[in-house]
Amino acid sequence: MRADYIRIYKSVHTWTGILTGMALFIAFYAGALTLFKEPIARWASPRPDVAMSPLDTAPDLITRTLAARPDVAKGFTIHLQPTENVPARMAWEVRDPQADDHDESSVRHYVARLDAGGAVQIGEAAPSGLGNFIDVLHRVVGLPADSDPNRWFMGIVASLYGIALVSGVIVLLPSLVKDFFALRVGKNRKRMWLDAHNVVGIVSLPFHIVMALSSVVFAFHDGIYDIQDRLMYAGKLESVFQRGGGATPDAAPRDPSVMLTPKALLQHARKVSPTFEPSALQYTQVTAPRAIVRIWGKDPAAVSPRARGGFVVMDPYSGKVLNTDYLPGRQDAANLWVSSFFALHMASFGGAAVQWLYFVLGLAGAWLFYSGNLLWIESRRKRADRRTGAVPVQRLDTRLMASVTVGVCLGSVCGMSLMMVAAKGLHGHVADLNAWIKGLYYAAFFAAIAWSFLRGGAKAAVHLLWLAAAFTLAIPLTSLLGAVAPSTGLWAHTSAATLGVDATALAMALGFAWMAVVTHRRLGRGEADSAWALRRLRSGADSAAETQG
Amino acid sequence: MKPAKPAPIQRDWVSKSLAGALLGFAIALGASALLAALTTSVPLATRSQLAMWLVPPVWLGIASTVYFFGSGLRAWCWLGGTCLALYGGLYAAGAL
Repeated sequence: MRADYIRIYKSVHTWTGILTGMALFIAFYAGALTLFKEPIARWASPRPDVAMSPLDTAPDLITRTLAARPDVAKGFTIHLQPTENVPARMAWEVRDPQADDHDESSVRHYVARLDAGGAVQIGEAAPSGLGNFIDVLHRVVGLPADSDPNRWFMGIVASLYGIALVSGVIVLLPSLVKDFFALRVGKNRKRMWLDAHNVVGIVSLPFHIVMALSSVVFAFHDGIYDIQDRLMYAGKLESVFQRGGGATPDAAPRDPSVMLTPKALLQHARKVSPTFEPSALQYTQVTAPRAIVRIWGKDPAAVSPRARGGFVVMDPYSGKVLNTDYLPGRQDAANLWVSSFFALHMASFGGAAVQWLYFVLGLAGAWLFYSGNLLWIESRRKRADRRTGAVPVQRLDTRLMASVTVGVCLGSVCGMSLMMVAAKGLHGHVADLNAWIKGLYYAAFFAAIAWSFLRGGAKAAVHLLWLAAAFTLAIPLTSLLGAVAPSTGLWAHTSAATLGVDATALAMALGFAWMAVVTHRRLGRGEADSAWALRRLRSGADSAAETQG
Repeated sequence: MKPAKPAPIQRDWVSKSLAGALLGFAIALGASALLAALTTSVPLATRSQLAMWLVPPVWLGIASTVYFFGSGLRAWCWLGGTCLALYGGLYAAGAL
């Protein structure tokens, strides 16, 4: 390949990388946590006051709730598994019609249960918004709300990220064979970081291509569908996506008490797919002629169309299977193709092993962007004079880039750990917990950036890594405190999923502490002409540099 | 030393980037129309999803390789020509 192409694509890679690296760091770090959104939501939820009523009582619960609240017939869910974040057997949501489809913060949650006397108790639930907010940070690269403009911004970031991937591979291709297995650890630190950046990038390239392309889809799908509808479907597409749900006012309302019981519906589902493990029944328009129930669940042996699994659609009155387009393992080839794209983004295939693999790849991705910024800084380093040892003043832009990289990346890490601690520690102490955790995240995030500019990237990196270690260590400590001192109002769950959250946080706290120690050592021993040298070395050399011009 | 030095590649950042982003998107839409036209046996609810998923790979594929063109003008000519041929073909075949 002509050297000219390499030079052009080096510029492309540098620009796309530097413009998107920090946003992608946040998206990937939050994304790695989002893989375990459900365990995190369970970890952050206090034990429900009342044990879940048996499934046998569900038909009675549905009938009595609908008698008391006929509007709930529009849609409600019967939960099958009593996990920590499920407060009652029956639940439904009320959405603000003004709010964005993807905006989970405006949704109000209600639950219903039967008391000892068989009367229905309806209450509003306040599920922890922790998992959802981490997911929002993931979906819109650290912005506070999953709205259309924020998603478009993410789409631009994702598009540039896709171009950065291609250009990075083009730059590396000519020397790939020579460089691939080479990790030149030694005096030339930039060479070592570049080797590491290249090897992580190439090894996880398929993962990154999947992420870039699917993120562009998630950002722009509405717009693309709109244009395609006009271009090639003659406006027919809208009606296809909006089928069902429309109630026909003329028809007499049906009596939900004659619906099949959940147990009977589950038996029908088992006949369709024996390996499918149902988790919830989502009823829609049960009093309307086109009443449906979606039986949601997972199938460990199949590709799941969505992060929370897939579903089979049935008629809740007859048990007739209406649709298996989204049932894991029972999809036709075309639907399986589409589901694979979702599953490849959300790791909803292959069970826990693949989720952990994605967790590692996600963190490695975050490191890839961090190291990219580091390499940008190192490439612009002014070398110390070989004869005199005089250290020149580094360029302002490299110093600012070091500060902003450290502040943004470690600030988001600190913020996410802090808000996990707050989601548990402030529970019951503040009125609007979900607003508090958002506020605390951004407080930590911006404070970290300010600190990084104030003290310089090098010193701030050590401080912020220790802070990240402390906040992250506090995550399992809240559970420990809940176990030894339940009077604090904290709690300690013992399910494997929630213990996994505590154990992972402990491991990551140790990881951050180790990074803090190593970075501190690096500051003391590193070369004085580096952006990572302590600031006094730099300011002491000002006059020497000026005389050299 | 070097025999017949090849013509230098114009950087043309703006015109190449615009060609990649705009014409790349147009070609991607055309490609998705082609896919939808070739898969009419699949129900529209699924076919439309497949066709939508084809847009980003084609779009970004073009937007990221557009800098291989010798100049911005060449990028516009080649991609524009591809566009015309693709949409002309689709129109002639009744797919639009």
